[in-house]
Amino acid sequence: MTLSLVGVSHHVAPVELRERVALPIERAASLARTLGDAVCLSTCNRTEVYLAGDDGTRALSSLEELAGAPLRSVAYRLHDDAAALHLFRVSAGLDSLIPGESEILGQVRAAFDAASPGPLLDRVFRQALQLGKRVRTETAIAESPASVPAAAAALAAQVFGDLTGRKVLLVGAGRIGELAAGNLSARGATIAYVANRSAEGAAELAARFDGSALTLDDVAPKLGEVDVVLTSTSAPGFLIRPKDVPARRRHPLFFIDIAVPRDVDPSVHELDGCFLYDIDDLEAVVSETLEGRRAEAEIAERLVALETERFREWRASLDVVPAISSLRAHAERIRAAELARFSSLPDEERQRLEAVTAQILAKLLHEPTVRMKQAAADGDGETHAEALRRLFGLEEPR
Amino acid sequence: MAELLFWPALLGYGEAALAYASPRYTRFATWGVRIGWLAQTALLAVQAVRVEGFPWSTWAGSLNLFVWFTVGAYLIWGCQQRYRLVGLTVMPLAVGLFIASRVGGGTTAGERSHYSNLFLTIHVGSVLAAFAGFTLAASLATLYLLEERRLQRRSPDILRLKLPSLVVLEKLTVRTIAVSLPLLTVGLAAGFVRLREEGEGIDALMAATIVAWLVYAGLLALRMTGRRTAKLALVGFALVIIARVVLAGSHF
Repeated sequence: MTLSLVGVSHHVAPVELRERVALPIERAASLARTLGDAVCLSTCNRTEVYLAGDDGTRALSSLEELAGAPLRSVAYRLHDDAAALHLFRVSAGLDSLIPGESEILGQVRAAFDAASPGPLLDRVFRQALQLGKRVRTETAIAESPASVPAAAAALAAQVFGDLTGRKVLLVGAGRIGELAAGNLSARGATIAYVANRSAEGAAELAARFDGSALTLDDVAPKLGEVDVVLTSTSAPGFLIRPKDVPARRRHPLFFIDIAVPRDVDPSVHELDGCFLYDIDDLEAVVSETLEGRRAEAEIAERLVALETERFREWRASLDVVPAISSLRAHAERIRAAELARFSSLPDEERQRLEAVTAQILAKLLHEPTVRMKQAAADGDGETHAEALRRLFGLEEPR
Repeated sequence: MAELLFWPALLGYGEAALAYASPRYTRFATWGVRIGWLAQTALLAVQAVRVEGFPWSTWAGSLNLFVWFTVGAYLIWGCQQRYRLVGLTVMPLAVGLFIASRVGGGTTAGERSHYSNLFLTIHVGSVLAAFAGFTLAASLATLYLLEERRLQRRSPDILRLKLPSLVVLEKLTVRTIAVSLPLLTVGLAAGFVRLREEGEGIDALMAATIVAWLVYAGLLALRMTGRRTAKLALVGFALVIIARVVLAGSHF
């Protein structure tokens, strides 16, 4: 049975095209159902249809219908091992914009769960999901943050460890600052205060994080109460200077300044127990971690290659499974017929005879079964299956 | 038998000391530590059975016991992926001291001391266990200073080559010292009692150990934090090394 894939992704199609074929999970599942034995994976970066026993022509037409334009020049069509390899790379996060990003694994799982795949798609998707997990546990591809807000939160964790209960003072209500605060909050930190030039902006954001709103003038007095200060205002000069930082603290004070022009005087970094990272520092950290992800991606590619080989062997073994089943059924018929001749034997002796003959059969058929599967994995399964049929007169349909 | 057990222990520790150099081999290193420590435990048991008492009252013998305590403390506190660098500082030290112990005859069957087993167990055992704890604390303090330096320098690879967080390293350093100091106090007290009974004076090793006790006690009493804690833990450890290695001849 053929495995096919038809799809468009960020590698080949612009966002204007991708957004036209992007489908919510229910519609993706519905499309898969109309195409038969299929799974449709649709995210902001890709829409892909995986099919069993179909060459993908109908799927391509369906995508073109959604796009309202021909896709032949941008869509990719892959078959069998190439399609499996692609799915494995996708679930491992190797085909994503940021190598190793973990959201895609959840999206592959959701697409698989929403569909009703047959044995071939069931097998390849289960393998893909297991591989996705394995890549993320056995390599460090997903360990490091891949964005400035995530890096800011990871750095705070590098200073404090568990951020649960750590207090954050958010200065400014900018978008990146809000995202970074979200990341800190997700790691357990409390956004205790939000200060902003406009009182409404501060109150709105403070309400979202369940914190207290402050004016910019209240920032300095609060520095002694917090562990992390996150600034992202558009103020023209420094809002926080060394003299504002309380001298006697029992814990470090971590400043994240993502504002341009900067909000925190760089000399704050020289104070004992104070650490200051500005936007350039954070971008350097992100760049380095992305470099690390790329290095880990090489290890992940090797895992993908191994998994693809396993899938190829499994598919090849399907060629010989009917012949093996026929051979076993044939042998079992002979055994049953011979045993029938001894039906007059006492129960105990007959059971012993049955056990012995079953053992002989199992031992006799073990080696040919293993060798048939090996031959199939080496690409010679069909020849061996044919030889088996001829030698034993098996009548299994081809 | 004791001779035979030295080698698997050394092999385990040596393998760990090398394997900790690469993050990829941390798991192998951890197994090296475990196997080595079990082999050394067996070695110590054989020594104790042969002598029917406390066989580590010589300088080399006490070094053997010190290595066992140090690796044991490391196994309890820090034998994890994130503490790889602790292993990288502790295990080569353990290998070096273990070899020195063997060269000095501390890993053979040993000989019985004229002191009572109870006194030796309390005095030598407690002091060495405390020293092992201080060694681990020094290793954690070194990591603290390294990590603080990386944060100060804003090293771009800070999230790629991850160490435990500053606060965790500081807590572990202080806790390790807090556990070790009472042991040193007990060991010193036992020593002073014996000293008084025999009417002897304080030697150089004792003086260095007392100063180390004052340093660690000061660190805990003043509730120091941050860089000062780490630096003082290293000062205390320098005194431990002086007592254990440089001044050992004056005591045994």
